[in-house]
Amino acid sequence: MSLDRRAFLGMGVAGAGAMLAPGLRLIELAQARSPEEAASTLKRWGLLIDTVKCTDCEVCVTACNEENGVAGHGRPATDPQWIRKATLSDKRTGHVQSLPLMCQHCEDPPCVDVCPTGASFKRADGIVLVDKHTCIGCRYCVMACPYGARSFVHEAVTGQKPDVPRGKGTVESCTLCVQRVDRGATPACVEACDKDGGKAMVFGDLNDRAGELNRRLRVEPSSALRPELSLDPAVRYQGL
Amino acid sequence: MAPLVAALVALFAIAGLAGAAESSTRVARPAIKVEKAGACVEPTDEMRRNHMNMLFQQRDQTVHLGLRSPRHSLKGCVDCHANPATGSVLGKDGFCESCHAYAAVKIDCFECHSSSPRRAAAGLEPIAPMKATAQ
Repeated sequence: MSLDRRAFLGMGVAGAGAMLAPGLRLIELAQARSPEEAASTLKRWGLLIDTVKCTDCEVCVTACNEENGVAGHGRPATDPQWIRKATLSDKRTGHVQSLPLMCQHCEDPPCVDVCPTGASFKRADGIVLVDKHTCIGCRYCVMACPYGARSFVHEAVTGQKPDVPRGKGTVESCTLCVQRVDRGATPACVEACDKDGGKAMVFGDLNDRAGELNRRLRVEPSSALRPELSLDPAVRYQGL
Repeated sequence: MAPLVAALVALFAIAGLAGAAESSTRVARPAIKVEKAGACVEPTDEMRRNHMNMLFQQRDQTVHLGLRSPRHSLKGCVDCHANPATGSVLGKDGFCESCHAYAAVKIDCFECHSSSPRRAAAGLEPIAPMKATAQ
């Protein structure tokens, strides 16, 4: 058997990516971007949430609030909310489902369309964010979002996390824990669900065909919320 | 004669001003105490004049492009310059606030941003790296 140059090099690459021991690789497959490398359109971050595995716990909500320093004042009508547990019940059968609901990081986000200052924007890797330096607090995006995912900060904020600036008079929502994603970690809700919850959430790159998220979306049924709006959200659900 | 007198008067005036600036206690001076040894990210004169431009540039790159180089970041400023006693760059002797009060320039960064350093040194849990998803 003769090996040509291309096949020989290919074997080397395959060997480097192979497991040396459980959890130990010669080349780490999911590497964090370097701080000098901008977010790229080659990636699109997304989530898959299996509502069958989602129990009635709230660890994702607690982890999100802890990571991002989101705290309320005991006033549910105006307190900011980045992620919430929604309960769906079938009126005929009485079947009740619980699922986490947050910014769906749409491909064509209505919040970005309506923003008069350009503060609401979609990053190259698909994460929908608010640039609070340019946000004037008009709340058009809050009204435009079909998922009710955005909150307005009504009251002065103290004790912010150094990585997550938050302030009165601006709109905020789930950032997919952009500060963690930028250093190669998963969002806080996913980590908490894996550790203490029902392991119902998978985070990954929708474009990465080798990734678990892409593979599961390819071979298993899943659905987007409000599919009739054709917003192509990056958060997908199973078992609805 | 007249030009000579004018020159002398000007000379005295300059000497007087310089003396007043050095010895005067009536003017509140900013408390610029740098506790941490080593040089800043740029020369001091450059920092005094242009730090706001560096911060603006960095913030746009970080928010929109995800570039999180620590060199010109506000977090970097706070990490180095926070007063060890109060753990903040604000307050009467805070590095940022005392100078901004002296220059009468409103500082609104810290209405949203944390004025205290990262708590990484204080035993904050490290974040687990993302799991490799490909098999």
